[in-house]
Amino acid sequence: MLSQQITTLIDKELKKYPADQRQSAVMAALRFVQDEKGWIAPEDMTDVALYLGMPQMAVYEVATFYHMYNLKPMGKYTLTVCTNLSCQLCGSGDTLAHLNKRLGIGLGEVTPDGKFGIREGECMGACIDAPLLTINNKKMCGRLTGEKIDQMLAELDGGQA
Amino acid sequence: MINIEIDGKQIQTENGATIIEAAHQAGIAIPHFCYHKKLSIAANCRMCLVQVEKAPKPLPACATPVTEGMKVFTHSEQAVKAQQGVMEFLLVNHPLDCPICDQGGECMLQDMSVGYGGGHSRYHEEKRMVLAKDLGPLVSAEEMSRCINCTRCVRFGQEIAGQMELGQAFRGEHAEVMSFVSGTVNSELSGNMIDLCPVGALTSKPFRYKARSWELSRRRSVSAHDSLGSNLAVQTKNNRVLRVLPVENEDINECWLSDKDRFAYEGLNSAERLTRPMIKRDGQWQEVEWQAALEYAGNGLRHIANGAGAEQIGALATANSTLEELYLLQKLVRGIGSQNVDFRLRQSDFSADGKQQGAPWLGMSIADIGKADRFLIVGSFLRKDHPLLAARIRQAVKKGAQASIIHSVDDDLLMKVAHKTIVAPDALVDVLTQVSKALTAEKQGQSGSGEAAAIAKSLAGGERVTVLLGNFAQQHPQAAQLQALAQQIAALSNGKFGFLGEAANGVGGYLAQATPGANGLNASAMLATPRKAYLLLNVEAELDCANPQQAIAAMQAADLVVAMSAYKHHATDYADVLLPIAPFTETSGTFVSAEGRVQSFKGAVKPLGEARPAWKVLRVLGNLLKVEGFDQDTSEAVRDEALKGTDVAARLNNAIGGVEVKAIAAANGLQRVSEVPIYATDAVVRRSAPLQATADAAIPQAWLHSDELKKLGVQAGAMVKVSQGQGSVQLVAATDDKLPRGVARVAAGHAATAALGAMFGTITVERA
Repeated sequence: MLSQQITTLIDKELKKYPADQRQSAVMAALRFVQDEKGWIAPEDMTDVALYLGMPQMAVYEVATFYHMYNLKPMGKYTLTVCTNLSCQLCGSGDTLAHLNKRLGIGLGEVTPDGKFGIREGECMGACIDAPLLTINNKKMCGRLTGEKIDQMLAELDGGQA
Repeated sequence: MINIEIDGKQIQTENGATIIEAAHQAGIAIPHFCYHKKLSIAANCRMCLVQVEKAPKPLPACATPVTEGMKVFTHSEQAVKAQQGVMEFLLVNHPLDCPICDQGGECMLQDMSVGYGGGHSRYHEEKRMVLAKDLGPLVSAEEMSRCINCTRCVRFGQEIAGQMELGQAFRGEHAEVMSFVSGTVNSELSGNMIDLCPVGALTSKPFRYKARSWELSRRRSVSAHDSLGSNLAVQTKNNRVLRVLPVENEDINECWLSDKDRFAYEGLNSAERLTRPMIKRDGQWQEVEWQAALEYAGNGLRHIANGAGAEQIGALATANSTLEELYLLQKLVRGIGSQNVDFRLRQSDFSADGKQQGAPWLGMSIADIGKADRFLIVGSFLRKDHPLLAARIRQAVKKGAQASIIHSVDDDLLMKVAHKTIVAPDALVDVLTQVSKALTAEKQGQSGSGEAAAIAKSLAGGERVTVLLGNFAQQHPQAAQLQALAQQIAALSNGKFGFLGEAANGVGGYLAQATPGANGLNASAMLATPRKAYLLLNVEAELDCANPQQAIAAMQAADLVVAMSAYKHHATDYADVLLPIAPFTETSGTFVSAEGRVQSFKGAVKPLGEARPAWKVLRVLGNLLKVEGFDQDTSEAVRDEALKGTDVAARLNNAIGGVEVKAIAAANGLQRVSEVPIYATDAVVRRSAPLQATADAAIPQAWLHSDELKKLGVQAGAMVKVSQGQGSVQLVAATDDKLPRGVARVAAGHAATAALGAMFGTITVERA
């Protein structure tokens, strides 16, 4: 079942679209689910499909098409590291290596305590700050160096504790 | 009309047509995969790229509308280069496993590759692999690596079948066609995806590795199941039917086939086939020669006719029997002096007999249904009983037609329903009366309120109104009243009305006069007042009759039961003689579809074992009983005799008069609502293993509104005892809150419910 908070947000989103085109809100609805649960389970997709009156498979198509939707639990903090060309040239490989050293996990993996997960991201349109990553698709951290990453992890860890 | 030029050929075509449509009209082939005339345009395979004068790049012919003076080149250097490039890209990830691919020999990709591809591949890297999917018992998706992502199957589901069960998940390199969380494809039209798939990704599961397409011989045939009369290509090898495909007929089945028509053939060679005549002697079944069996049957019938009287003989046939069989059956029965013959086994109200001006039929052509703009569908399990008619109505609704429903269940029709009234069966007459009244008021400019008024208003606003009576309405105990009311409503809205029709030869039965004459007994009366002898044609008494309890009791009480059947079924319990007859693929014959189309077909294979076409069996019986006029040499001669001097179109008439419409008092207790499940309708379908493995063939449950279940103190999923008359069965209780209160939906025509009584009437549900 979708929570009250999610349906309220979806209802708000639905006002942007004609009444007979509820499925326009599918991307937003999936985002709300992920914001609350951290990932989107097939049952959530079914719920969204029912709520918006569209086929489950159509929701699944959207959820699998966009890489920012997590189709499995990706930790409390999902670090999405851009590996496209600009970031690669500016050292996204070092970012990943550093994260791997600090957290002991690679792309698509989650730390055993479920705190951090690393995903591969596509260009975020901010190449001037390359290499960069985003935290939970919300906060962007650029011009990454080993120290900056350590500081970021400490803040996240501290904020958690 | 505008003028264009394709490959130097001047062509006149309609404004708005695409290049590929114009080319096909002119007989110019343009290679394509994702384009299909019945589906929306996706333009994602790029195979149809052509050169257009003044266009800088090649354009996809399927998605480019023609313009005045356009010059198209399909074989120019630019076009050929584009086609070769696309072909090479399509083959990058496509496995080159044609020798072990089931599609080999009838594969669009294979053909196009020969026509437009290179002789060898420049690609040496690893190919993409896509995991196999399990889509259920009908469609095999074992080798999804072969998929070229044309999305025809996905679009078919969305646009024709009305439900999106397949989709294209993930993207780019990782895109793959799949179902949601590994669900099966349950659409009753799913087999068409196999035809649509241009490669070997979706193949027929029952047909897999049975034969190569070039080893098969093709015979045209006609569907023996629903009332549509779909045109079939029956494909055979070594005197065995291995596959059934649609034959395109725009006026009937378009290019589609329902799964029932497509996969029923699997039941033809079932282990239950009766292959030798049998006689019961001292309670033991013995295989005998035809002569002995026929003489036994003939002597038995003569004995009863001479002793107890010919009126003690009754003949029952299913509406899936051919016109020839039904004609000879009634001729035989009348020849020995009885008027008791009927094929309307599931009907319970026969009061329209004698008040009806002709044979009840669809009331219009099938093509007309697609053109109607208002529908009122009364008492029909539309999607399951008439899958392709439902698809036609779905298309009409998409184009703006309004469909209103009056029924006792509210199943999802996968289309937009304008208005619906869902009531218990005994209230149907009342609802139709209200609609009729509201329509009269509407015509006088007085709009009422409520559902009946809303339906009336919708109908009044239409130009081509169509009122359709489904199987449920036809089997209803007040069928004649429903017919009279439908006639009234159609007249008030200047529309047409008709019956969707139960089976392949429902109209043919009337044309063959397989209905009781004056003083004759109809199907219901023949069983209610048991006869001493019964002649059964294709009938499985406990599954095909409106009241299985009564039917079985009558059979068991009879002195003589002669069962002509393709299968060895429960007739062994009550029959005295079993005569093996040929199903529709093994005999020639004629079906008259709901729209009154007379379609004859030839046998595709020889009869199995010693089975013989039923018309021949009846002819010999006629000779044995010394009845005049049983000397036809061919089934065509029988057909011509049956239809001699008959203008079929003139015989079709739904008009009915002299029916008094009166509402009946609401019944106490639960009322039974029963459908015949889609894969339980006739003997062949019941024995098709793949169809019986589908979700639609699940064991029937007792469906009730949750309030009713609560009253009974039963949880959904628990076993309940369902009783009617002297019989009871144990079923799983299930809730459906779209059902009206006061009804229990318990399917008929199924072995699990064969111990129950009539399809309509009160029924008891209690804790098991």
